[in-house]
Amino acid sequence: MSNKISDETIEYVGILSKLELSGEEKEDAKADMEKMLDYIDILNELDTDGIEPMSHVFPVNNVFREDVVTNGDNREKILENAPLRKDDSFEVPKTIG
Amino acid sequence: MNNMGKQYETVIGLEVHVELATKTKIFCGCSTAFGGAPNTHTCPVCTGQPGSLPVLNKQVVEYAMAIGLATNCEITRVSKFDRKNYFYPDNPQNYQISQLYLPIARNGYVEIESGGVPKKVRIHEMHMEEDAGKLIHDEWDDTTLVDYNRSGIPLVEIVSEPDMRSADEVISYLEKLRTIIQYLGASDCKLQEGSMRADVNLSVREAGSTQFGTRTEMKNLNSFKAIARAIDGERNRQIELLEAGKPVIQETRRWDDNKEHSYAMRSKEDAQDYRYFPEPDLVPIVISEEWIKEIKAKQPELRSEKLERYKREYDIPQYDAEIITDSRIIADIFESAAALCGKPKKVSNWLMVETLRLLKEHNMEPQDIRFSPGNLAKLVDLTEAGTINSSVAKEVFEKIFADNTDPERYVEENGLKTVNDEGALKSVIEKIIADNPQSVADYKGGKEKAIGFLVGQAMKAMKGKANPQMVSQMLKQAVTESDS
Amino acid sequence: MGILSLTALELAKKIQDREISAVEAAKAAIAQAKAVEPKIHSYVTLDEEGAVQRAEEIQKKIEDGVLTGPLAGVPAAVKDNLCIEGQLTTCSSRILSNFRPIFTAQAVVNIQKSGAVILGKTNMDEFAMGSTTETSYFGPTRNPHNPEHVPGGSSGGSCAAVAAQECWYALGSDTGGSIRQPSAFCGVVGLKPTYGTVSRYGLIAYGSSLDQVGPVAKDVADCAAILETLASHDVKDSTSVKREDIRFTDALKADVKGLRIGIPKDYIGEGLDQEVRQALLDVAKLLWKKGAVVEEFDLSLVKYAIPAYYVIASAEASSNLERFDGVKYGYRAGDYEGLHNMYKKTRSEGFGPEVKRRIMLGSYVLSSGYYDAYYLKALRTKALIKQAFDRAFEKYDVILGPAAPSTAPKLGESLKDPLKMYLGDIYTVAVNLAGLPAMSVPAGKDSRGLPIGMQLIGNSFQEKTLIRAAYTFECETEKQFVTPAAGKGRE
Repeated sequence: MSNKISDETIEYVGILSKLELSGEEKEDAKADMEKMLDYIDILNELDTDGIEPMSHVFPVNNVFREDVVTNGDNREKILENAPLRKDDSFEVPKTIG
Repeated sequence: MNNMGKQYETVIGLEVHVELATKTKIFCGCSTAFGGAPNTHTCPVCTGQPGSLPVLNKQVVEYAMAIGLATNCEITRVSKFDRKNYFYPDNPQNYQISQLYLPIARNGYVEIESGGVPKKVRIHEMHMEEDAGKLIHDEWDDTTLVDYNRSGIPLVEIVSEPDMRSADEVISYLEKLRTIIQYLGASDCKLQEGSMRADVNLSVREAGSTQFGTRTEMKNLNSFKAIARAIDGERNRQIELLEAGKPVIQETRRWDDNKEHSYAMRSKEDAQDYRYFPEPDLVPIVISEEWIKEIKAKQPELRSEKLERYKREYDIPQYDAEIITDSRIIADIFESAAALCGKPKKVSNWLMVETLRLLKEHNMEPQDIRFSPGNLAKLVDLTEAGTINSSVAKEVFEKIFADNTDPERYVEENGLKTVNDEGALKSVIEKIIADNPQSVADYKGGKEKAIGFLVGQAMKAMKGKANPQMVSQMLKQAVTESDS
Repeated sequence: MGILSLTALELAKKIQDREISAVEAAKAAIAQAKAVEPKIHSYVTLDEEGAVQRAEEIQKKIEDGVLTGPLAGVPAAVKDNLCIEGQLTTCSSRILSNFRPIFTAQAVVNIQKSGAVILGKTNMDEFAMGSTTETSYFGPTRNPHNPEHVPGGSSGGSCAAVAAQECWYALGSDTGGSIRQPSAFCGVVGLKPTYGTVSRYGLIAYGSSLDQVGPVAKDVADCAAILETLASHDVKDSTSVKREDIRFTDALKADVKGLRIGIPKDYIGEGLDQEVRQALLDVAKLLWKKGAVVEEFDLSLVKYAIPAYYVIASAEASSNLERFDGVKYGYRAGDYEGLHNMYKKTRSEGFGPEVKRRIMLGSYVLSSGYYDAYYLKALRTKALIKQAFDRAFEKYDVILGPAAPSTAPKLGESLKDPLKMYLGDIYTVAVNLAGLPAMSVPAGKDSRGLPIGMQLIGNSFQEKTLIRAAYTFECETEKQFVTPAAGKGRE
């Protein structure tokens, strides 16, 4: 075990990913992540100097749409799935103040 | 502000967001029309429905290239989008599609004037991204409502180097950017409606220092005045901290222009760690030399070119040309109206004096102008033909400015035509002379000015519709004659 | 021979010949599903009424001569991460347990156009994260060949439904082996197309740069025919590729003369179950006898595929799953204080442990200070893996290997040790990193009666080569698809 995940780190990852873990879940998460990172570290055996990171596998590029309005009013369909709506908007807990 | 003898220098860099004037959003075929009932301009893509995928609007790339070229940037030959991850309800996917690693343009500059001296403000980079939705705070219910109409409206963000040193330079830079972008037709750049927004990065340092101080970022600045006030306010706040031996904290602050005070926008839940990575749902944009040439060829005339041409073609002075070309909208009105009436200098006068006065008076911007060049041209024709006199013309222009009124019809319907009929004037003049013996005597005694009073009385009696030259001439003649 | 044991193409032919109606076929599949579902649980949603109604409409179109394609009228199932307008689409997650999409996935539209009668949505590992279909919020699917064993995953529901004759074919999705591995475990044919061949529009994303939709079928001919309807250039998916030749059924030729087949040494060495190894060697021998050139070679970098894959897939997943936040659709926690607490409670209650594990890993590897060390390193490794395949395809037309290190494990064995479960993906994930097409074809059974699957990997856009090799093997052996005992229901 070379990777150590601290309480602060797991707390921080929880903030980034918006997940709230119980005490026990946190311990499990730390152990799982340490184990996984140790395993991922075998990538360090590979010399990747000068290798361009490959985000897209095929050289497909310049895929565009023309600037033409194609969509109508989808409001009702879209709002139908809202867990909470008010009038014609999605409702969420107050974001400021 | 007491600086205890120390001199401070303000260092400012700007992040300017500009909404592009496309018909549709950046990644879907929804309309970008301003206003509209909440959530009516939405679809699976711009509301982040599971399974939806973005497809890039080509016009966005072309506008971005045009702005990049006009601001002397290098266009990135292989450009990519990245995801910026953060949770907020105005951001339906909880990531914003933006560009970090390979932005569309880099290393540009614009030239501004600072205290009469030319100065370059360098542009670090410019990237394309999507706008967020709108949050409406319900004061009574203690909730927030989300409207995704604006979600996915295309933006470019222009990030300057920290090259500005004062609010004046910042305003001058913003005005310059606005002129360039409006000229390109890439955006209307309305600060009030938010189609141009600036975040201000500001730090202070002791004069002469080569190190930068810790900077803060200020958001929510929606007018030039607010920007100037925020810069002063933040500069003073930072100096006070330094004077008190306290550190400036690197943070994002929200400017409240009513209270003239900024607040830290901090929360334990905002880690400000955006975990950018290449957007896998979009493919790279590869820009060829030919494409750049094509965009350059399509580029409309820039302001400096237009200014020179106006001086040459319309024979108007440098001063006029500068004012008129300051806004492309005014310049367009000028050209159309001048073509219609054939009197460019007269048109220019109306634009420089009355139009700008009324804009200022109504707190409007040139893009809010509603009158047609045709009506302005007609007004010039009416005045030049002597059909109306200049004071009536001013009144008529106000109507044109307000409602795009047809001046010919307005003059006709309101009986504003100048009375050139000697017979009608004669009786009025006789009455004025009879009623004002003192003034008549004064004039005769050599007081030239007394005639002015008499002309005024005559014009008043004619309800302003007489030709003043004619009245003056006839009065003089009548006074002289009245003696013999 | 009963209607249920027909292949999709055979059934469609009988429907065209008016021997069977689409309605009868749909009803037969529904009856079979009702009989076996308590034991197998392939479906999250079985839409009985809707299916019969659609079958009637399709039957009418067939009778009117409007629908004449080779799959018209055939009942099919769709993995529950493919959107169908108005129908529950859950990704087997609590967070989408009430979600009805407002549009239909392009892959589904394509099979609907070909006359598919969609019976329902199949169970899967939650958000396709898992190799056993045990991470489903709705409970696990069981292997029709032996209900004590898993069907594999994440498309376990689709593969079990085909194996248990609850439909004639199904759609799956494959991000790191999610079609091929459960196809192997369930003894059916599954194909993961070249990246960009099938539109991802409407596929609820796991790892966007790796995800592909593909067919799960009873035999190679069905598989080719389904792929032919699935493949399309879709302007709604920017990563969709415009392909010239998508007449995959043209490749149904029993001929491998001169075909160069390479077997990576690392794919048949340590860690591979002996029975699976033997089955593979038997396949190689058969193809060699039919005129193929078969040799072992060193693919290299095999052990680096899993760590690279888990970094990339988890990173993309952490971002793709951010939209599930209780604001626009799906589950929202009942009790919360303020916005961020609402997010956290909704997501903590809405996602299962495996999904949370990958979201956290993904968030971590992308976070400030780790991006270069993990994410970029993984993208560089991906580039090297692609190069290794490019070199291999200079020498070979097809790469032959196993689809999984063993046959299907028992329920409950895999989730105890996540890392061990991930290691089971060793033969499949590299294909997704390199965007290649690959196919899993039944190659016998082990001593316990569990199916063994072989995997054929092709160069980009060379699905036809895979289909030809698989078809040749299938013709030479007795068709490997046999009704599993446990799946026996009504027939």
